[in-house]
Amino acid sequence: MAADTTVATKKSVWDGGHSPFNVRWGKLYMWIFLVSDAFTFSSLLVAYGTLRHRFTDIWPTPGEVFTHFPFIHGHVPLAYVGLMTFILIMSSVTMVLAVDAGHFMKRKSVQLWLGLTIVGGLMFLGSQAWEWYHFIEGSKGGAYVLADGRFARTDDLEPGVLKFHGGKSVEGAEAQALISTATKHIEGANLRENEYGNTPLFGNFFFFITGFHGFHVFSGVVINFIVFILVSKGALDRKKDYELVEKVGLYWHFVDLVWVFVFTFFYLV
Amino acid sequence: MSEEFISPDIHHEHVSHESEEKAHEGLNTKVIWKVFWILLGVTVFEVSISFTSVPKTILLYTFIALTIVKAYYIVGYFMHMKFEKIPMQWSILLPFVLIVYLIFILIYEGTALGLITL
Repeated sequence: MAADTTVATKKSVWDGGHSPFNVRWGKLYMWIFLVSDAFTFSSLLVAYGTLRHRFTDIWPTPGEVFTHFPFIHGHVPLAYVGLMTFILIMSSVTMVLAVDAGHFMKRKSVQLWLGLTIVGGLMFLGSQAWEWYHFIEGSKGGAYVLADGRFARTDDLEPGVLKFHGGKSVEGAEAQALISTATKHIEGANLRENEYGNTPLFGNFFFFITGFHGFHVFSGVVINFIVFILVSKGALDRKKDYELVEKVGLYWHFVDLVWVFVFTFFYLV
Repeated sequence: MSEEFISPDIHHEHVSHESEEKAHEGLNTKVIWKVFWILLGVTVFEVSISFTSVPKTILLYTFIALTIVKAYYIVGYFMHMKFEKIPMQWSILLPFVLIVYLIFILIYEGTALGLITL
């Protein structure tokens, strides 16, 4: 509050000459982009919700689909996506610490935290690749479309048992008879069919929503890496301005924010 | 414009470093780690209650409420929105009223379509 203060006459903040938002243009521009991106993700998730409500009788229960965990034989529903959430939240924390260090122009500290954020992002992408692999590969037994049109899944842990949507199941000779007259055997998942439920929409939404989010994470890692190089070369020290870290930070937190919603609406409910 | 939008420290020619730094006072390393533990705790709680025999509807609304709690902490603290000027907060957050409307009409529509074909 010294020489650069204009005379405080009674005028509106919108009269020009200063920033009504008290945010510099670059940061505001990032926010405007994030709002539009948030609308895109919202539309995808709302479309998922709409069609799930439309096909509520055949839609797979996520807790029965995402049951794999590395090195564990058996069903561990949601633990793996829980771990992925932890990785992403953790990398969001390291990013906010990098932004915080940037305010004090501590280059070494920014390098450390930004580097850890990149590692976190790569860990998340690796986890997602692992999850996609198991989703596409599916179980050993797959699923059957029976002669009467019903859809039945098998369970690798309980061989010879056919499970229907809603918890009913048959086993033994009855199951064998149904399998021998089945019209279709589905293994794994692709864009046309999947063994998790009698609707291709579930697979389509899985690939599209988690894929779109994963691509955001990938772009975020690339952008973080570029900023990391700029910081390391001292470009931001010469400018005496670490706002760039803040801007990529906003993008990275947004990616974390979207995952929070994907986690709830795709995996939990 | 109304009086509440006028505040003395925005009568600068541009955004000065002092006012930016002042805005960051609310967020320090201690607060950042506190927010981290809240986010982690909520996520662990969500995963653990998904296995209990709590009725599905109650679970659904609990998950939605907890997701909004997590979104509040990420946007408010990590993305610094809690410490921005009020006009800035409204400009960014108000458009999401449209999303609430979109959710309402499309979920309603999806449910209705499901009932028609039954």
